[in-house]
Order: sequence, then C-alpha cells, then structure tokens
Amino acid sequence: METYTWLRTFADSWHLLFMFLFFIGVVVFIFRPGSRKVHDETRNMIFRNDDKPAPPETPRSDDRRAEKEAR
Amino acid sequence: MWDYVKLIVLGVIVVFAAIAANFARDLAYLVHAIIIFLTAAGLFLWQIRRVGEPAPVHNPNEYMDGVVRAGVIATAFWGVIGFAAGVFIAAQLTWPQLNFDWAQGYLNFGRLRPLHTSAVIFAFGGNALIATAFYVVQRTSAARLWGGNLAWFVFWGYQLFIVMAATGYVLGSTQGNEYAEPEWLTDLWLTIVWVAFLLVFMGTIINRREPHIYVANWFYMAFIVTVAMLHIVNNVSIPVSVFGSKSVPLWSGVQSAMIQWWYGHNAVGFFLTAGFLGMMYYFIPKQAERPVYSYKLSIVHFWALIFLYIWAGPHHLHYTALPDWAQTLGMTFSIMLWMPSWGGMINGLMTLSGAWDKLRTDPVIRMMVVAVGFYGMATFEGPMMSIKTVNALSHYTDWTVGHVHSGALGWNGMITFGALYYLVPKLWQREGLYSLRLVSWHFWLATLGIVLYAASMWVTGIMEGLMWREVDAQGFLVNSFADTVAAKFPMYVVRTLGGLMFLLGAIIMCYNLWKTVTSTAERKPATAAVAAE
Repeated sequence: METYTWLRTFADSWHLLFMFLFFIGVVVFIFRPGSRKVHDETRNMIFRNDDKPAPPETPRSDDRRAEKEAR
Repeated sequence: MWDYVKLIVLGVIVVFAAIAANFARDLAYLVHAIIIFLTAAGLFLWQIRRVGEPAPVHNPNEYMDGVVRAGVIATAFWGVIGFAAGVFIAAQLTWPQLNFDWAQGYLNFGRLRPLHTSAVIFAFGGNALIATAFYVVQRTSAARLWGGNLAWFVFWGYQLFIVMAATGYVLGSTQGNEYAEPEWLTDLWLTIVWVAFLLVFMGTIINRREPHIYVANWFYMAFIVTVAMLHIVNNVSIPVSVFGSKSVPLWSGVQSAMIQWWYGHNAVGFFLTAGFLGMMYYFIPKQAERPVYSYKLSIVHFWALIFLYIWAGPHHLHYTALPDWAQTLGMTFSIMLWMPSWGGMINGLMTLSGAWDKLRTDPVIRMMVVAVGFYGMATFEGPMMSIKTVNALSHYTDWTVGHVHSGALGWNGMITFGALYYLVPKLWQREGLYSLRLVSWHFWLATLGIVLYAASMWVTGIMEGLMWREVDAQGFLVNSFADTVAAKFPMYVVRTLGGLMFLLGAIIMCYNLWKTVTSTAERKPATAAVAAE
C-alpha cells in the first residue's frame, strides 16, 4: 500500500480512536473522586509567593505523598 | 574559563559575519550580516571589559524580575511601533498616494504589511508572552528562573530576531508565507532563541517548590512547544547560497499550502490563543483577587483546545486544490472549537462572580473583561466563517481582516494592556498606577477604536463579497474589481480612524506607565495586605 493511503487509513481509524479515548480518559481523570481538594489547593496557589520564592525546604508533591503514606 | 569561551565564540561570529558581509549576494543579506557583525563586536567589547570580574550572583531566594521589566518595556515600545505601522498602511489603502514614489520598493503597502503583522504579533505579542511567561512561571513555581543569564539571552536574542525580520521585510527578503515571512537565516536564529526559552521555562517548572503545575503554565508550555514544532516544519527550506537570503522550500504545491496553513492557523491557536490564555488564567484571578471560577473547566478547556486547534488549518484553503475531505475536516474541527473556546471565556468571566462591583471601580479589570468578551466574540465568528458556504462569501474580503483584528486588538491587545497595568506597579515596587483616569481613557479609546474597525470591516467585507458574485440576467459579472475598491473608500476612512484611536490609547498607556515608574510613591516591602494573601 502506498504511504499516503496507509497513513490516511491509520489516521482516521486507530489514531482517531486513540485520541478520542485519551481525551475521554483526561476528562474522567479530572472528575475523579478527591480531585476537588487538589484543584481548590491549586487554584489558590497564585495568591502566595508573590514577592519571593518559597524557602528551599518546601516539600513537593512527591514528598507530601510519601509523608501521607508514612502516616 | 566561561568568559574565554564566550569571547572566542563572539570573535568567530564577528569574523564570519564580516566575511559574509563581503560576499553578500543581496542587500537584505548584507544588512543582516552587518547587524550581526555589529552586535557580536559590541558584545565582544562588552565582554572583554568584564573578564576577571566576579560572575553575577543568582540568588535562588529572589525572583529574576530584571528580564521581566525589560520585557514589559519592549512590549510597550514594539506595541506603539506596530500599531503606528498599522495605522499608516490603513491610510495607504485609503489614500494610495501615501505609497510614495521615492520610497517605492521599500515603504509601499506590500513591504510594510508584513512589517505591521510581525510587529504586532511577534514583537508586541511575543515580548508580552515571554515577559509574562517568565513572571508567571516564577510566581506559580515559587522558584527563580532556571539557567541564570539564559533568560537574558532569550530576551535580547528575540529582539535581534525582530530587528532582522523587520529589516528583511523592508529590503524584500521574504518567504511569502503569511506570518512565516522571515528567511532561513532569521529562522535559524529564532530556533536557537526559542529552544533557550523552552529550557528556561521547563527548567523553572522542574525546579518548582509548589506541588502542582498551575494551569497557566500548561497553556504557556503548549504555546512554547507547539510554536517550536510549527516553526521548524513550516520553514524547512534549502538556502540557494550561504551568502544570500533566498531559500527554496522543500514542500511544493498543495502540500506547501497545507503546511503553511497548518502553521498559520496554529500560530493563531497556540501563539495568540494558548499563550494569551496563560495570561488570562493568571492575571484575571490576580487582579480580581479571586481564584479562577472552575479549575476543572480550565483543565478541560486546555485539553479540548489543544486537541482540536491543530486540525483547523484547512479552513484557510476552502475550494482550493486541497482534497475535499481535508477541507471538511478543517471546517468540522473549527466548528467544534467553538465549545472549548466559550468554556474558557465563561471561566474567565465567571471568575468575577461575586466581584462584579470591581468593574465599576477598576478600569484594569474592565479591560481584561472586555478582552475575554472579544475572545468569545472572535471564537464565535471564526467557526462561523470556517463554514464552507459562509467562507465562499467572506474569503478574500475585508471581513477576514476585521475578524483577525477583533481577535488581535480586542483579545490579545486588551489582555496584554491589562497585564501591563498589573505588572508595572508590581515590578517597580510602586503603590499603584499613576492615574486610573488615564486607564479609563485608554480603555474607551481602544474599545471604541476596535468597534469602529470591526464594524467598518463587516460592512465593507460583506459588501465586496456580494459585489464580486453579483451577475446580471445574462450571467455576466456586474462589477469590476475597481468598482469594489471605489465603493470601499468610506469604510476605509472609518477603519483608519479606529486604528488611530487604538494607537492613541496605547500612547496614553505608555505615558501612564512611565509616570507610574517615575512619579508615584514606592511600595513598602511586605505590607499587611501582602501577608493576608
């Protein structure tokens, strides 16, 4: 099969399906249980650290998760 | 050590630029070689005077705001230049005598038009995007910009790109692709600068001291990455000579057209939309002092927008040699784009819910809200114009020009003005703006200017579209092209007037911002208000 036909067939079948499912997956992930707390925290993040960076020892997400698991 | 590497590199560039100037095959290339020569020689001297001095300290507990301040100044400067060029070419269309005989081949409409579009999109818009991206990514990552002085390289490198592009247009060096006019040498330089921009931005995000990446940064990231991809693919071309500005594109025929409009529409989608949405998602909540209305909606907005925009390009090529299915695909995706765009508009507007009274007292927030309103209007008009039957009337007419300007002046311009009014007191530690009255004057001049512009272009666009297709009982065309040009004169006068008002508003803004820096009281560090946030 010539490249054009092959690519064209792939693009409007499997790749289209992949992108559609990926997008649906993103939307489902956004509305996962427990996301509200994360999103509320994130949307308010802009109101801190306005004048200077956070101190270097500020924990990042990975550290916080580890913290939670340790508890 | 690093100093000597820099000196050697600069010295080599100086020598090669001088050789290139000597062998230059055309005027544009000669001028570019001289510009590069002078820049590199100046930097060489600047550098050699600093050999042995201690390296500048980059304190990780302070934000790097110097480069943002420079970006704000550059944005205002190029904005006025670009708007003035726009007013002048609008006047040239109205009164063709302004295409002076003595300046033929340099300052006629054809040469100045790309100068205007690139000045407003890439010089004004691009500097605004780089400056705000650097500001926002630091605040939302709670970390200093990554890469030390690399951010300064991005800023000055981008200014050099602008100067090379602008001189190239006037001297006739162009690829003839809309919004991708610069030739290969300028393109290569922009690629280097853009990669540095990506490194600074991503490095800062990786260094962040916040658990999450704020949504504005997602939009900025999509803008930087996608523009890099578009720029490289659309500019694949082979120089005829290393000593000449002319190059031959690798793509030809309809492939070339499709790649050009894949680039062109995503320049609108990712440069003028995604990047500016990053501004919207930071500066509107900050100015309104309320978090964004729905964070979930903002994430859906992001993914839907980037999934759909990339397919919309073919609507620029309706009824051409492009395969029919591709045209229909472009139209369908353009129409679908309406939804995420309005989702974003609603998110921006509803951020003000509970704070609508601020519209009465704060002209800056009024500016931002009008920007989002124009975003909504342009993203409704665009999908409508992408419908094949509507496009049959609107394409090649002034309606398209009007549509672009309600997006560019209304959405990009107004949100940038809002961001500048927010940034200047912050960056120069001032208590507030010099004059809110002047902001109001700017707001009304700009808004009424856009209304005059868009309305006159609707009228003249639909009129000329209808005149072109008018046939008599025998099936002959009724109007010649010159008839439509003559009929457009009054609307062109109104358009020029609208542009002039917009330019006047921008000049008032520059005065206001200047006075803010020079003659308002200094903000006291760490006031109670800041602590309360």
